[in-house]
Amino acid sequence: MPPDAAPKLIAPVAAGPLCATRPVPFRGKGFRPRTIAIVGPLVFITLIALWQLGSGYGVISPIALPAPSQALAALIDLVRTGTLWKHLGASLERLAVGWTFGTALGIAVGLAIGLFSLVRAGLLPLVSAIFPIPKIALLPLFVVWFGTGEGSKIATILFGAFFPAVIATYGGVDNVDRGLIRMGQSFGLTWLSIVRKIIIPGALPAILSGFRISVSISIVLLVAAEMIGAQYGVGAYILEAGSLFATDQLIAGVAILSALGLAISWLIGRAERRFLSWRT
Amino acid sequence: MDVIVDNVCHDYGETEVLRDISLTIRAGEIVSVIGPSGCGKSTLLRFIGGLERPLSGRVMLAGEPPAGSLNPLTYIFQDFALLPWRTVEGNVSLVLEDHGINGGAAKAIIDDVLARTKLSDFHRAWPRQLSGGMKQRVAIARALAVRPAILLMDEPLSALDAQTRELLLDDLVELWSREHYSACYVTHNLAEAVRLGHRIVVLSRRPGRICEVFEIDMPLAERAERGVELEPLQRQVWAIMREDARQAERELTDAA
Repeated sequence: MPPDAAPKLIAPVAAGPLCATRPVPFRGKGFRPRTIAIVGPLVFITLIALWQLGSGYGVISPIALPAPSQALAALIDLVRTGTLWKHLGASLERLAVGWTFGTALGIAVGLAIGLFSLVRAGLLPLVSAIFPIPKIALLPLFVVWFGTGEGSKIATILFGAFFPAVIATYGGVDNVDRGLIRMGQSFGLTWLSIVRKIIIPGALPAILSGFRISVSISIVLLVAAEMIGAQYGVGAYILEAGSLFATDQLIAGVAILSALGLAISWLIGRAERRFLSWRT
Repeated sequence: MDVIVDNVCHDYGETEVLRDISLTIRAGEIVSVIGPSGCGKSTLLRFIGGLERPLSGRVMLAGEPPAGSLNPLTYIFQDFALLPWRTVEGNVSLVLEDHGINGGAAKAIIDDVLARTKLSDFHRAWPRQLSGGMKQRVAIARALAVRPAILLMDEPLSALDAQTRELLLDDLVELWSREHYSACYVTHNLAEAVRLGHRIVVLSRRPGRICEVFEIDMPLAERAERGVELEPLQRQVWAIMREDARQAERELTDAA
Protein backbone atom coordinates (compact mmCIF):
# COMPACT_ATOMS: atom_id res chain seq x y z
CA MET A 1 0.00 0.00 0.00
CA PRO A 2 1.49 3.43 -0.93
CA PRO A 3 2.11 5.87 1.90
CA ASP A 4 -0.59 8.30 0.76
CA ALA A 5 -3.37 5.73 0.97
CA ALA A 6 -4.98 7.16 4.08
CA PRO A 7 -5.65 10.69 2.69
CA LYS A 8 -7.13 9.15 -0.45
CA LEU A 9 -9.71 7.38 1.64
CA ILE A 10 -11.03 10.71 2.87
CA ALA A 11 -10.58 12.73 -0.32
CA PRO A 12 -13.51 11.39 -2.41
CA VAL A 13 -15.96 12.26 0.33
CA ALA A 14 -14.66 15.80 0.81
CA ALA A 15 -14.03 16.71 -2.84
CA GLY A 16 -17.30 15.42 -4.18
CA PRO A 17 -16.62 15.47 -7.93
CA LEU A 18 -15.25 11.95 -7.77
CA CYS A 19 -18.81 10.76 -7.02
CA ALA A 20 -21.46 10.82 -9.70
CA THR A 21 -23.04 14.33 -9.77
CA ARG A 22 -26.57 15.26 -10.67
CA PRO A 23 -28.39 18.62 -10.95
CA VAL A 24 -30.62 19.84 -8.15
CA PRO A 25 -34.14 18.83 -9.15
CA PHE A 26 -36.23 21.85 -10.24
CA ARG A 27 -39.41 22.01 -8.20
CA GLY A 28 -40.66 25.53 -8.83
CA LYS A 29 -42.77 24.73 -11.88
CA GLY A 30 -46.32 25.92 -12.50
CA PHE A 31 -48.87 28.05 -10.57
CA ARG A 32 -47.96 31.09 -12.63
CA PRO A 33 -50.84 32.20 -14.86
CA ARG A 34 -49.52 33.69 -18.08
CA THR A 35 -51.48 35.64 -20.67
CA ILE A 36 -51.59 33.82 -24.00
CA ALA A 37 -53.44 36.14 -26.34
CA ILE A 38 -54.06 33.80 -29.28
CA VAL A 39 -55.76 30.89 -27.52
CA GLY A 40 -59.02 32.61 -26.59
CA PRO A 41 -60.05 33.62 -30.14
CA LEU A 42 -58.79 30.26 -31.41
CA VAL A 43 -61.13 28.31 -29.11
CA PHE A 44 -63.98 30.56 -30.19
CA ILE A 45 -63.31 30.11 -33.90
CA THR A 46 -62.83 26.36 -33.56
CA LEU A 47 -66.15 25.95 -31.74
CA ILE A 48 -68.05 27.94 -34.35
CA ALA A 49 -66.30 26.07 -37.19
CA LEU A 50 -67.23 22.71 -35.60
CA TRP A 51 -70.78 23.92 -35.14
CA GLN A 52 -70.97 25.04 -38.79
CA LEU A 53 -69.54 21.72 -40.01
CA GLY A 54 -71.94 19.77 -37.78
CA SER A 55 -74.89 21.69 -39.20
CA GLY A 56 -73.61 21.31 -42.75
CA TYR A 57 -73.27 17.53 -42.49
CA GLY A 58 -76.60 17.17 -40.71
CA VAL A 59 -75.14 16.03 -37.38
CA ILE A 60 -76.88 18.97 -35.71
CA SER A 61 -80.56 19.18 -36.64
CA PRO A 62 -81.53 22.63 -37.94
CA ILE A 63 -84.62 22.48 -35.71
CA ALA A 64 -82.52 22.12 -32.58
CA LEU A 65 -79.85 24.63 -33.51
CA PRO A 66 -79.47 26.70 -36.66
CA ALA A 67 -76.10 26.89 -38.38
CA PRO A 68 -73.94 29.89 -37.50
CA SER A 69 -74.24 31.01 -41.09
CA GLN A 70 -78.04 31.17 -40.72
CA ALA A 71 -77.73 33.20 -37.53
CA LEU A 72 -75.31 35.48 -39.34
CA ALA A 73 -77.79 35.84 -42.19
CA ALA A 74 -80.47 36.82 -39.69
CA LEU A 75 -78.09 39.34 -38.19
CA ILE A 76 -77.28 40.81 -41.61
CA ASP A 77 -80.98 40.97 -42.32
CA LEU A 78 -81.45 42.93 -39.11
CA VAL A 79 -78.77 45.40 -40.14
CA ARG A 80 -80.11 45.69 -43.69
CA THR A 81 -83.66 46.44 -42.68
CA GLY A 82 -82.47 48.85 -40.03
CA THR A 83 -84.46 47.14 -37.27
CA LEU A 84 -81.20 46.33 -35.44
CA TRP A 85 -80.79 49.97 -34.50
CA LYS A 86 -84.37 50.26 -33.32
CA HIS A 87 -83.96 47.23 -31.07
CA LEU A 88 -80.45 48.04 -29.91
CA GLY A 89 -81.26 51.74 -29.47
CA ALA A 90 -84.26 50.99 -27.27
CA SER A 91 -82.27 48.50 -25.20
CA LEU A 92 -79.26 50.74 -24.80
CA GLU A 93 -81.43 53.63 -23.71
CA ARG A 94 -83.12 51.57 -20.99
CA LEU A 95 -79.81 50.12 -19.91
CA ALA A 96 -78.06 53.50 -19.82
CA VAL A 97 -80.80 55.30 -17.90
CA GLY A 98 -81.51 52.45 -15.48
CA TRP A 99 -77.91 51.54 -14.81
CA THR A 100 -76.66 55.11 -14.48
CA PHE A 101 -79.32 56.19 -12.02
CA GLY A 102 -79.17 52.90 -10.12
CA THR A 103 -75.39 53.10 -9.83
CA ALA A 104 -75.36 56.78 -8.89
CA LEU A 105 -77.95 56.22 -6.17
CA GLY A 106 -76.13 53.09 -5.05
CA ILE A 107 -72.80 54.88 -4.72
CA ALA A 108 -74.46 57.68 -2.75
CA VAL A 109 -76.19 55.27 -0.37
CA GLY A 110 -73.02 53.12 -0.12
CA LEU A 111 -70.97 56.16 0.83
CA ALA A 112 -73.54 57.16 3.42
CA ILE A 113 -73.48 53.66 4.90
CA GLY A 114 -69.69 53.71 4.91
CA LEU A 115 -69.42 57.14 6.50
CA PHE A 116 -72.27 57.43 9.00
CA SER A 117 -72.84 54.86 11.73
CA LEU A 118 -76.52 55.77 12.02
CA VAL A 119 -77.17 55.21 8.32
CA ARG A 120 -75.21 51.97 8.49
CA ALA A 121 -77.24 50.73 11.44
CA GLY A 122 -80.48 51.69 9.71
CA LEU A 123 -79.93 50.69 6.10
CA LEU A 124 -77.44 47.84 6.09
CA PRO A 125 -79.91 45.20 7.35
CA LEU A 126 -82.41 46.43 4.77
CA VAL A 127 -79.87 46.23 1.95
CA SER A 128 -78.78 42.78 3.07
CA ALA A 129 -82.41 41.64 3.09
CA ILE A 130 -83.28 42.96 -0.36
CA PHE A 131 -80.00 42.30 -2.21
CA PRO A 132 -80.42 38.52 -2.56
CA ILE A 133 -83.95 38.79 -4.01
CA PRO A 134 -83.80 38.08 -7.75
CA LYS A 135 -85.17 41.36 -9.05
CA ILE A 136 -86.99 39.53 -11.84
CA ALA A 137 -89.38 38.30 -9.15
CA LEU A 138 -90.35 41.92 -8.51
CA LEU A 139 -90.94 42.71 -12.17
CA PRO A 140 -94.71 42.06 -12.06
CA LEU A 141 -94.90 44.41 -9.10
CA PHE A 142 -93.07 47.11 -11.04
CA VAL A 143 -95.49 46.60 -13.92
CA VAL A 144 -98.37 47.20 -11.52
CA TRP A 145 -96.67 50.33 -10.13
CA PHE A 146 -95.19 51.89 -13.24
CA GLY A 147 -97.28 50.41 -16.06
CA THR A 148 -96.12 48.32 -18.99
CA GLY A 149 -94.21 51.23 -20.58
CA GLU A 150 -90.64 52.35 -20.08
CA GLY A 151 -91.14 53.06 -16.37
CA SER A 152 -91.29 49.47 -15.17
CA LYS A 153 -88.35 48.40 -17.37
CA ILE A 154 -86.09 51.19 -16.21
CA ALA A 155 -87.15 50.70 -12.59
CA THR A 156 -86.21 47.02 -12.76
CA ILE A 157 -82.74 47.76 -14.14
CA LEU A 158 -82.27 50.65 -11.73
CA PHE A 159 -83.19 48.43 -8.80
CA GLY A 160 -80.89 45.69 -10.04
CA ALA A 161 -77.89 48.01 -10.45
CA PHE A 162 -78.53 49.80 -7.17
CA PHE A 163 -77.70 47.01 -4.71
CA PRO A 164 -74.38 45.81 -6.11
CA ALA A 165 -73.29 49.46 -6.21
CA VAL A 166 -74.25 49.96 -2.55
CA ILE A 167 -72.42 46.87 -1.42
CA ALA A 168 -69.31 47.51 -3.51
CA THR A 169 -69.12 51.13 -2.34
CA TYR A 170 -69.52 50.60 1.38
CA GLY A 171 -67.16 47.64 1.24
CA GLY A 172 -64.64 49.84 -0.55
CA VAL A 173 -65.04 52.61 2.01
CA ASP A 174 -64.56 50.12 4.85
CA ASN A 175 -61.33 48.91 3.28
CA VAL A 176 -59.72 52.32 2.89
CA ASP A 177 -56.47 52.30 4.87
CA ARG A 178 -57.26 53.84 8.27
CA GLY A 179 -53.69 55.13 8.41
CA LEU A 180 -54.35 57.36 5.40
CA ILE A 181 -57.48 58.80 7.01
CA ARG A 182 -55.53 59.42 10.21
CA MET A 183 -52.84 61.12 8.15
CA GLY A 184 -55.48 63.39 6.61
CA GLN A 185 -56.81 64.26 10.05
CA SER A 186 -53.32 64.91 11.39
CA PHE A 187 -52.71 67.46 8.64
CA GLY A 188 -55.94 69.22 9.49
CA LEU A 189 -57.79 68.29 6.29
CA THR A 190 -61.51 69.08 6.38
CA TRP A 191 -64.04 66.25 6.55
CA LEU A 192 -65.05 66.90 2.96
CA SER A 193 -61.45 66.85 1.79
CA ILE A 194 -60.83 63.53 3.51
CA VAL A 195 -63.92 62.06 1.85
CA ARG A 196 -63.09 63.51 -1.58
CA LYS A 197 -59.35 63.00 -1.67
CA ILE A 198 -58.78 59.94 0.48
CA ILE A 199 -61.93 57.86 0.94
CA ILE A 200 -63.46 58.03 -2.55
CA PRO A 201 -60.21 57.38 -4.45
CA GLY A 202 -59.42 54.60 -1.97
CA ALA A 203 -62.82 52.99 -2.55
CA LEU A 204 -62.70 53.43 -6.33
CA PRO A 205 -61.14 50.04 -7.18
CA ALA A 206 -63.94 48.29 -5.30
CA ILE A 207 -66.58 50.54 -6.87
CA LEU A 208 -65.30 49.83 -10.37
CA SER A 209 -65.26 46.09 -9.83
CA GLY A 210 -68.82 46.47 -8.55
CA PHE A 211 -69.63 47.98 -11.98
CA ARG A 212 -68.80 44.70 -13.68
CA ILE A 213 -71.31 42.86 -11.53
CA SER A 214 -74.02 45.50 -11.79
CA VAL A 215 -73.71 45.71 -15.58
CA SER A 216 -74.20 42.01 -16.09
CA ILE A 217 -77.15 42.00 -13.68
CA SER A 218 -78.57 44.94 -15.62
CA ILE A 219 -78.34 43.11 -18.94
CA VAL A 220 -80.13 40.09 -17.50
CA LEU A 221 -82.88 42.32 -16.15
CA LEU A 222 -83.08 44.29 -19.38
CA VAL A 223 -83.90 41.18 -21.37
CA ALA A 224 -86.37 39.98 -18.75
CA ALA A 225 -88.11 43.35 -18.65
CA GLU A 226 -88.26 43.61 -22.43
CA MET A 227 -89.98 40.28 -22.62
CA ILE A 228 -92.99 41.91 -20.97
CA GLY A 229 -94.78 44.11 -23.45
CA ALA A 230 -92.01 45.88 -25.31
CA GLN A 231 -92.30 46.65 -29.00
CA TYR A 232 -88.60 47.15 -29.54
CA GLY A 233 -85.54 45.96 -27.70
CA VAL A 234 -83.19 43.00 -28.00
CA GLY A 235 -85.24 41.12 -25.41
CA ALA A 236 -88.45 41.71 -27.36
CA TYR A 237 -86.74 40.57 -30.53
CA ILE A 238 -85.54 37.36 -28.89
CA LEU A 239 -88.99 36.70 -27.41
CA GLU A 240 -90.63 37.21 -30.78
CA ALA A 241 -88.10 34.97 -32.51
CA GLY A 242 -88.64 32.32 -29.88
CA SER A 243 -92.42 32.36 -30.21
CA LEU A 244 -92.08 31.95 -33.99
CA PHE A 245 -89.45 29.20 -33.56
CA ALA A 246 -87.11 31.37 -35.64
CA THR A 247 -84.03 29.98 -33.92
CA ASP A 248 -81.65 31.73 -36.32
CA GLN A 249 -83.00 35.09 -35.17
CA LEU A 250 -82.92 33.92 -31.58
CA ILE A 251 -79.22 33.08 -31.85
CA ALA A 252 -78.59 36.43 -33.59
CA GLY A 253 -80.28 38.21 -30.68
CA VAL A 254 -78.23 36.29 -28.13
CA ALA A 255 -75.05 37.16 -30.04
CA ILE A 256 -76.00 40.84 -29.85
CA LEU A 257 -76.38 40.53 -26.07
CA SER A 258 -73.02 38.84 -25.78
CA ALA A 259 -71.38 41.56 -27.87
CA LEU A 260 -73.08 44.19 -25.73
CA GLY A 261 -71.71 42.61 -22.55
CA LEU A 262 -68.23 42.36 -24.03
CA ALA A 263 -68.31 45.98 -25.19
CA ILE A 264 -69.38 47.26 -21.78
CA SER A 265 -66.79 45.13 -20.00
CA TRP A 266 -64.15 46.56 -22.35
CA LEU A 267 -65.32 50.08 -21.48
CA ILE A 268 -65.04 49.33 -17.76
CA GLY A 269 -61.56 47.95 -18.38
CA ARG A 270 -60.66 51.24 -20.05
CA ALA A 271 -62.10 53.20 -17.13
CA GLU A 272 -60.08 51.08 -14.71
CA ARG A 273 -56.90 51.74 -16.62
CA ARG A 274 -57.70 55.43 -16.76
CA PHE A 275 -58.64 55.91 -13.10
CA LEU A 276 -56.50 53.26 -11.46
CA SER A 277 -53.30 53.86 -13.41
CA TRP A 278 -51.57 54.46 -10.07
CA ARG A 279 -51.96 50.82 -9.10
CA THR A 280 -49.62 48.97 -11.46
CA MET B 1 -44.02 76.61 21.15
CA ASP B 2 -43.72 74.03 23.94
CA VAL B 3 -45.75 70.89 24.48
CA ILE B 4 -46.52 69.95 28.06
CA VAL B 5 -47.75 66.45 28.80
CA ASP B 6 -49.32 66.57 32.21
CA ASN B 7 -50.03 63.40 34.20
CA VAL B 8 -51.40 61.40 31.32
CA CYS B 9 -52.94 58.00 32.14
CA HIS B 10 -54.77 55.78 29.72
CA ASP B 11 -56.21 52.33 29.32
CA TYR B 12 -58.03 50.40 26.64
CA GLY B 13 -60.63 48.60 28.74
CA GLU B 14 -58.75 46.01 30.80
CA THR B 15 -55.31 46.92 29.49
CA GLU B 16 -53.65 49.85 31.14
CA VAL B 17 -51.28 51.40 28.60
CA LEU B 18 -49.88 54.58 30.13
CA ARG B 19 -49.46 55.67 33.74
CA ASP B 20 -48.59 59.15 35.01
CA ILE B 21 -46.67 60.45 32.04
CA SER B 22 -45.43 64.01 32.40
CA LEU B 23 -42.90 65.56 30.09
CA THR B 24 -42.20 68.80 28.25
CA ILE B 25 -40.94 69.27 24.72
CA ARG B 26 -39.32 72.68 24.47
CA ALA B 27 -38.93 74.70 21.29
CA GLY B 28 -36.01 73.55 19.17
CA GLU B 29 -35.49 70.36 21.14
CA ILE B 30 -35.74 66.75 20.05
CA VAL B 31 -37.08 64.41 22.69
CA SER B 32 -36.59 60.71 22.02
CA VAL B 33 -39.13 58.45 23.64
CA ILE B 34 -37.89 54.89 23.84
CA GLY B 35 -39.39 51.77 25.29
CA PRO B 36 -40.08 48.13 24.55
CA SER B 37 -42.78 47.27 22.04
CA GLY B 38 -46.32 47.67 23.30
CA CYS B 39 -45.35 50.16 26.01
CA GLY B 40 -47.74 52.82 24.71
CA LYS B 41 -45.24 55.14 23.07
CA SER B 42 -47.27 55.46 19.88
CA THR B 43 -50.39 56.08 21.94
CA LEU B 44 -48.55 58.86 23.75
CA LEU B 45 -47.61 60.40 20.42
CA ARG B 46 -51.24 60.27 19.29
CA PHE B 47 -52.22 62.16 22.46
CA ILE B 48 -49.58 64.82 21.80
CA GLY B 49 -50.85 65.38 18.26
CA GLY B 50 -54.51 65.34 19.25
CA LEU B 51 -55.43 62.22 17.29
CA GLU B 52 -56.65 60.55 20.44
CA ARG B 53 -57.63 61.76 23.92
CA PRO B 54 -56.21 60.38 27.16
CA LEU B 55 -58.68 59.18 29.81
CA SER B 56 -57.02 61.35 32.40
CA GLY B 57 -54.38 64.03 32.37
CA ARG B 58 -53.88 66.71 29.77
CA VAL B 59 -51.66 67.66 26.87
CA MET B 60 -51.15 71.43 26.75
CA LEU B 61 -49.49 73.84 24.34
CA ALA B 62 -47.55 76.84 25.66
CA GLY B 63 -46.81 79.81 23.48
CA GLU B 64 -47.77 80.54 19.90
CA PRO B 65 -46.53 78.52 16.94
CA PRO B 66 -44.10 80.40 14.69
CA ALA B 67 -45.77 82.74 12.21
CA GLY B 68 -46.72 80.99 8.99
CA SER B 69 -46.98 77.55 10.54
CA LEU B 70 -49.89 75.88 8.76
CA ASN B 71 -50.05 72.75 10.88
CA PRO B 72 -48.11 73.17 14.13
CA LEU B 73 -48.31 69.52 15.19
CA THR B 74 -47.27 67.39 12.24
CA TYR B 75 -46.75 63.64 12.09
CA ILE B 76 -44.30 61.48 10.24
CA PHE B 77 -45.65 57.94 10.23
CA GLN B 78 -43.87 54.63 10.28
CA ASP B 79 -45.77 53.41 7.21
CA PHE B 80 -45.24 56.74 5.38
CA ALA B 81 -49.02 57.19 4.78
CA LEU B 82 -48.64 58.42 1.21
CA LEU B 83 -51.68 58.40 -1.05
CA PRO B 84 -50.85 55.81 -3.72
CA TRP B 85 -53.07 57.60 -6.25
CA ARG B 86 -51.12 60.82 -6.03
CA THR B 87 -47.65 61.52 -7.37
CA VAL B 88 -44.87 62.81 -5.13
CA GLU B 89 -45.85 66.43 -5.74
CA GLY B 90 -49.54 65.53 -5.45
CA ASN B 91 -48.91 64.08 -2.01
CA VAL B 92 -47.24 67.28 -0.87
CA SER B 93 -49.87 69.46 -2.48
CA LEU B 94 -52.61 67.50 -0.64
CA VAL B 95 -51.69 69.16 2.66
CA LEU B 96 -51.54 72.64 1.11
CA GLU B 97 -54.84 72.56 -0.78
CA ASP B 98 -56.98 72.89 2.33
CA HIS B 99 -55.08 76.02 3.30
CA GLY B 100 -56.01 77.62 0.00
CA ILE B 101 -52.48 77.33 -1.35
CA ASN B 102 -52.71 76.40 -5.02
CA GLY B 103 -50.99 77.09 -8.31
CA GLY B 104 -47.79 79.08 -8.21
CA ALA B 105 -47.61 79.48 -4.44
CA ALA B 106 -48.03 75.74 -3.96
CA LYS B 107 -45.47 74.97 -6.63
CA ALA B 108 -42.90 77.19 -4.93
CA ILE B 109 -43.40 75.40 -1.60
CA ILE B 110 -43.36 71.96 -3.23
CA ASP B 111 -40.15 72.71 -5.16
CA ASP B 112 -38.54 74.01 -1.99
CA VAL B 113 -39.39 71.06 0.26
CA LEU B 114 -38.54 68.49 -2.41
CA ALA B 115 -35.17 70.17 -2.88
CA ARG B 116 -34.57 70.08 0.87
CA THR B 117 -35.28 66.35 0.96
CA LYS B 118 -33.24 65.65 -2.20
CA LEU B 119 -36.27 64.64 -4.20
CA SER B 120 -36.22 67.31 -6.91
CA ASP B 121 -35.93 64.75 -9.71
CA PHE B 122 -38.95 62.79 -8.57
CA HIS B 123 -41.82 65.30 -8.76
CA ARG B 124 -43.99 63.10 -10.93
CA ALA B 125 -43.04 59.68 -9.59
CA TRP B 126 -45.73 57.44 -8.11
CA PRO B 127 -45.28 56.14 -4.56
CA ARG B 128 -45.17 52.54 -5.84
CA GLN B 129 -42.06 53.42 -7.84
CA LEU B 130 -40.14 54.67 -4.81
CA SER B 131 -38.00 52.75 -2.35
CA GLY B 132 -38.92 52.82 1.33
CA GLY B 133 -36.34 55.48 2.09
CA MET B 134 -37.58 57.70 -0.72
CA LYS B 135 -41.17 57.27 0.43
CA GLN B 136 -40.22 58.40 3.91
CA ARG B 137 -38.39 61.38 2.42
CA VAL B 138 -41.59 62.32 0.59
CA ALA B 139 -43.41 62.09 3.92
CA ILE B 140 -40.76 64.35 5.48
CA ALA B 141 -41.11 66.80 2.58
CA ARG B 142 -44.88 66.78 3.09
CA ALA B 143 -44.38 67.51 6.79
CA LEU B 144 -41.96 70.35 6.06
CA ALA B 145 -44.43 71.90 3.59
CA VAL B 146 -46.84 72.84 6.37
CA ARG B 147 -44.01 74.46 8.40
CA PRO B 148 -44.60 72.49 11.60
CA ALA B 149 -43.73 73.81 15.03
CA ILE B 150 -43.25 70.28 16.33
CA LEU B 151 -42.62 67.12 14.35
CA LEU B 152 -44.17 64.00 15.83
CA MET B 153 -42.24 61.06 14.49
CA ASP B 154 -43.67 57.60 15.09
CA GLU B 155 -40.85 55.13 14.47
CA PRO B 156 -40.16 56.82 11.16
CA LEU B 157 -37.22 54.59 10.27
CA SER B 158 -38.49 51.24 11.53
CA ALA B 159 -39.81 50.08 8.17
CA LEU B 160 -36.47 50.74 6.46
CA ASP B 161 -33.35 48.65 6.04
CA ALA B 162 -30.24 49.43 8.09
CA GLN B 163 -28.33 51.35 5.40
CA THR B 164 -31.30 53.51 4.43
CA ARG B 165 -31.96 54.17 8.10
CA GLU B 166 -28.42 55.45 8.54
CA LEU B 167 -28.76 57.78 5.54
CA LEU B 168 -32.08 59.16 6.72
CA LEU B 169 -30.75 59.69 10.22
CA ASP B 170 -28.03 61.86 8.70
CA ASP B 171 -30.69 63.73 6.73
CA LEU B 172 -32.76 64.36 9.86
CA VAL B 173 -29.71 65.65 11.72
CA GLU B 174 -28.73 67.89 8.82
CA LEU B 175 -32.27 69.18 8.55
CA TRP B 176 -32.34 69.93 12.27
CA SER B 177 -29.03 71.78 12.06
CA ARG B 178 -30.60 74.12 9.52
CA GLU B 179 -34.13 74.51 10.83
CA HIS B 180 -33.95 73.69 14.55
CA TYR B 181 -37.37 72.08 14.54
CA SER B 182 -38.68 70.58 17.75
CA ALA B 183 -39.63 66.97 17.67
CA CYS B 184 -40.88 64.04 19.62
CA TYR B 185 -39.13 61.00 18.24
CA VAL B 186 -40.70 57.71 19.25
CA THR B 187 -38.60 54.64 18.64
CA HIS B 188 -37.64 51.27 20.03
CA ASN B 189 -34.17 51.63 18.55
CA LEU B 190 -31.63 52.73 21.11
CA ALA B 191 -29.03 53.91 18.58
CA GLU B 192 -31.56 56.19 16.86
CA ALA B 193 -32.75 57.59 20.17
CA VAL B 194 -29.20 58.44 21.18
CA ARG B 195 -28.27 59.89 17.77
CA LEU B 196 -31.24 62.24 17.56
CA GLY B 197 -32.39 63.06 21.06
CA HIS B 198 -31.39 66.05 23.11
CA ARG B 199 -33.24 64.22 25.80
CA ILE B 200 -34.10 60.55 26.04
CA VAL B 201 -37.21 59.47 27.88
CA VAL B 202 -37.15 55.78 28.75
CA LEU B 203 -40.56 54.17 29.19
CA SER B 204 -41.17 50.92 31.01
CA ARG B 205 -43.14 48.07 29.53
CA ARG B 206 -46.92 48.17 29.72
CA PRO B 207 -48.32 50.10 31.50
CA GLY B 208 -45.79 52.64 30.25
CA ARG B 209 -44.26 54.78 32.96
CA ILE B 210 -41.27 57.08 32.72
CA CYS B 211 -38.30 55.13 34.11
CA GLU B 212 -35.57 57.61 33.51
CA VAL B 213 -34.78 60.79 31.54
CA PHE B 214 -31.30 61.37 30.13
CA GLU B 215 -29.95 64.65 28.82
CA ILE B 216 -27.26 64.48 26.15
CA ASP B 217 -25.45 67.76 25.60
CA MET B 218 -23.27 66.64 22.69
CA PRO B 219 -24.30 68.54 19.51
CA LEU B 220 -26.35 66.36 17.12
CA ALA B 221 -24.01 66.96 14.20
CA GLU B 222 -21.03 65.50 16.06
CA ARG B 223 -22.70 62.36 17.30
CA ALA B 224 -22.03 60.21 14.25
CA GLU B 225 -18.27 60.75 14.67
CA ARG B 226 -18.11 60.70 18.44
CA GLY B 227 -20.29 57.60 18.77
CA VAL B 228 -17.79 55.93 21.08
CA GLU B 229 -18.33 58.58 23.74
CA LEU B 230 -22.05 57.85 23.69
CA GLU B 231 -21.61 54.15 24.20
CA PRO B 232 -21.52 54.19 28.01
CA LEU B 233 -24.83 56.06 27.98
CA GLN B 234 -26.28 53.64 25.47
CA ARG B 235 -25.23 50.76 27.74
CA GLN B 236 -26.74 52.47 30.73
CA VAL B 237 -30.08 52.94 28.96
CA TRP B 238 -30.01 49.36 27.76
CA ALA B 239 -29.37 48.13 31.28
CA ILE B 240 -32.58 49.84 32.34
CA MET B 241 -34.58 48.57 29.39
CA ARG B 242 -33.21 45.08 29.16
CA GLU B 243 -35.40 43.25 31.66
CA ASP B 244 -38.53 45.09 30.51
CA ALA B 245 -37.79 44.32 26.90
CA ARG B 246 -37.33 40.66 27.74
CA GLN B 247 -40.62 40.55 29.62
CA ALA B 248 -42.45 42.53 26.95
CA GLU B 249 -41.26 40.14 24.31
CA ARG B 250 -42.95 37.27 26.13
CA GLU B 251 -46.30 39.02 26.45
CA LEU B 252 -49.31 38.25 24.34
CA THR B 253 -50.57 41.34 22.59
CA ASP B 254 -54.07 42.02 21.43
CA ALA B 255 -53.82 45.77 21.15
CA ALA B 256 -51.36 46.54 18.38
